[in-house]
Amino acid sequence: MILRLADVSRRFGGLVAVNRVSFELKAGEVVGLIGPNGAGKTTLVNLVTGVHRPQAGEIRYGGERIDRLPPDQIARRGIARTFQVVQPFPHMTVLENVTGGALFAGGIKTIRQAKDEAMEHLKFTGLADFAARPASALTLANRKRLELAKSLATNPRLLLLDEVNAGLNAAEIDAALDLIRAIADRGITILLIEHVMKVVLTATTRLLVLHQGELIADGSPDNVTRDPRVIEAYLGPKYAARYAPAAP
Amino acid sequence: MLYVQVLVNGLVLGGLYSCIAVGFSLVWGVLNVINILHGSLIILGSYAAFFAYQYLHIDPFLFVPAAAFLLFCLGYAIQLVFINRVMGSPVLITLTLTFGLNLLLYNLMILAFKADFRKVILSPPLGSANLGGIVVPIDRLIGMAFAIALVGLLYALLRGTRIGRAIVAVRMDREAAQLMGVNVGRIYAITFGLGAAMAGAAGSLFSVMFPISPETANALLGKAFVICILGGLGSVPGVMVGGLTLGTIESYSALFFGPEYSVTISFSLLILLLMFRPTGIMGRRGFQ
Amino acid sequence: MTRLIVVATALVLVALPFMADNYVLRLATTMLMYSALALGWNFIGGFAGYPSFATAAFFGLGAYAGGVLQTRGVPMPAAWLLAGAIVALFAAALGRAILHLRGHYFAIATLVAAEVLREVTNSATDLTGGGMGLNLPVLSADVTTQARLFYFAMLVVAAAALATTALVAESRLGFGLRCIQQNEDAAIMLGINTRRYKVVAFTLSAVFPGVCGGIYASWVNYIDPTDVYDVLLSVKPIVMVLLGGAGTVLGGVYGAFLFLLMEELVWRNLLQFHAGLLGIIVVCLVLFLPHGLRGIGLPSLLSRWRQRTREATP
Repeated sequence: MILRLADVSRRFGGLVAVNRVSFELKAGEVVGLIGPNGAGKTTLVNLVTGVHRPQAGEIRYGGERIDRLPPDQIARRGIARTFQVVQPFPHMTVLENVTGGALFAGGIKTIRQAKDEAMEHLKFTGLADFAARPASALTLANRKRLELAKSLATNPRLLLLDEVNAGLNAAEIDAALDLIRAIADRGITILLIEHVMKVVLTATTRLLVLHQGELIADGSPDNVTRDPRVIEAYLGPKYAARYAPAAP
Repeated sequence: MLYVQVLVNGLVLGGLYSCIAVGFSLVWGVLNVINILHGSLIILGSYAAFFAYQYLHIDPFLFVPAAAFLLFCLGYAIQLVFINRVMGSPVLITLTLTFGLNLLLYNLMILAFKADFRKVILSPPLGSANLGGIVVPIDRLIGMAFAIALVGLLYALLRGTRIGRAIVAVRMDREAAQLMGVNVGRIYAITFGLGAAMAGAAGSLFSVMFPISPETANALLGKAFVICILGGLGSVPGVMVGGLTLGTIESYSALFFGPEYSVTISFSLLILLLMFRPTGIMGRRGFQ
Repeated sequence: MTRLIVVATALVLVALPFMADNYVLRLATTMLMYSALALGWNFIGGFAGYPSFATAAFFGLGAYAGGVLQTRGVPMPAAWLLAGAIVALFAAALGRAILHLRGHYFAIATLVAAEVLREVTNSATDLTGGGMGLNLPVLSADVTTQARLFYFAMLVVAAAALATTALVAESRLGFGLRCIQQNEDAAIMLGINTRRYKVVAFTLSAVFPGVCGGIYASWVNYIDPTDVYDVLLSVKPIVMVLLGGAGTVLGGVYGAFLFLLMEELVWRNLLQFHAGLLGIIVVCLVLFLPHGLRGIGLPSLLSRWRQRTREATP
């Protein structure tokens, strides 16, 4: 049990963004989180990473309660996330950006060592050639990889990927999928927020569906994509007809 | 009875303070520039009124529109020539720029007018009114009325005219306003000019009630800060609330601690507010 | 090559008091003080990117702390160090209270801090002499020895500030501050304890001006609140760092040197209006050289010139 949410709720003014959500993630799983826009997916990630505090419920990470901790402490405990809108350090080089991840949450003591570590992560994500370029000079696809490299540098046990594939073309998505598989092979638990169904169905072993702040489904991709509530809330009948596996 | 008198003193003062601060708040809210020049612009307006009274025998109250107009032109020019070049720059740059401009204006005023205090002495003097045991100097009463009227005028302008709505739009979302066809550069200049105009008008009123000297410019700027934070940035009603509150606080603190501590108290209040409630009493951030 | 320059500069700095007249010595002492102020500000304003106007508060507090201690019989060097410690504690407390603010709000809070300190100092007449100022005990040494003493005192502070800057720039702290400056939210998510780092930077930005204030008080023998809490003491270091390049190690020193040069020229020729002229300088600097001399490409011009001369020789 690496992450457990129990009855977590959060509202902003009059809007209930997350409503009594409970689920668990087992170590090593790759779980998808889908749902329409505004369902509360990013808010959920913000709650887990400490950007917002839940107003009800608990969040436990490896047994420890983390819902009252500040974000930097949560990061140091091994939870990393990528941002939907990428957030680099614009005037630093690609290498320096990733070094930041290794140096702080990654727990490495000296800048020199952190840079070496960072270089490894850059190689892993295919950005080694860009190491000396300023982060602001990268294409969107590469910036997403930079986000990923930064997160990996923090040495996480749990990685929350927030729409890592938004804005990518088919080839880029395939490359991203390979990367995600490689990360999972390292034993890192991944929660994948996605709209691109192809990614979700191929990469994940379990799906969570969020709708208007509530968790309406939690199960294998086969079952979830056939769940009528999910079809109505998100997938739509045409999609269900096309992709649902043949009736037994 | 004493407490009521002190309260009335504070409210009358507070009305004037609102006029002092509203121009500053407008510029901060719309241009996101802290106009360090604001205090000096008020004093410039005071001097204009003073000299108009001394040489042209124009009553300072009647001079208010003229002061407003003169300062509007100056403000418009300052924005166009200087401030426009740093729009969008980090806080450090804009603050240092207005600081440098203020240094220049302030010292020019000292050079031109010398640092000794002047006061407009109306002849015949207006005297005081006695309203059921509460004594209020008539010049302050008229000043407060004018001040509140001016603030109300600005409020009406922002709500009711095309230019006013454009200003509010730029404050809320500069890019969206541009897409709607608003000439943002011109709006910036007009807003800064308006801020300066309010400062000039306030200065004109000020000249009747208080002695003027360039040295008071900083104190006035400080009060404008406190009022903006007290009332919440970016709303005209907020400035009114902030002004009245500050006036009342100063009045009571003068009673309990003596007038020499009024600056310390208002600044300490400011720090406390910044620490715990930077959005002020009204707690709002938008512009109206 | 760099090592040679460093050693040469160090030698010149140490030998100066024995070769120059008192006027030059006074200028040099002021230049060292300005460097220390600029280098101090650079920690919070250059590295962390927070627009602090608190330098005057720290300087003034240091001056009064050192001054009051000396009038109570504390020997000078101890008074200076204690002044630095007192200012550091004040800065840490103030920092925890206001460093959650950003941009304009933070700038105002720091501006106001100096004003409040000034008013409080003004009112605490029994302790500080209030508006009438504070007289410090005069040293029983001749003018030249005194001049040399204060020169070396400021030299030590400036050197310490420079050394600390260089250390921080290469350290985890410096890296973290740079991250904070570029994207504070992303920095937090990477595990940087931004609150602690900012307070450390703020305290560093206070301790050097604080000790300078203490030394300054002993140097001029008489201080009053308007002088040592003057807001210009907050603005000048900013201008110096902007001139020399924010966030670099030596930027503050270059800027201090150039600024002092300009100031001396202006002061000598236009005593009356010199503050106004300072205003003009500030305006021109901000409008035309927002990145300081680096903005007009001085370093790259230099390196290109060097390359050309290298290529010219066969």
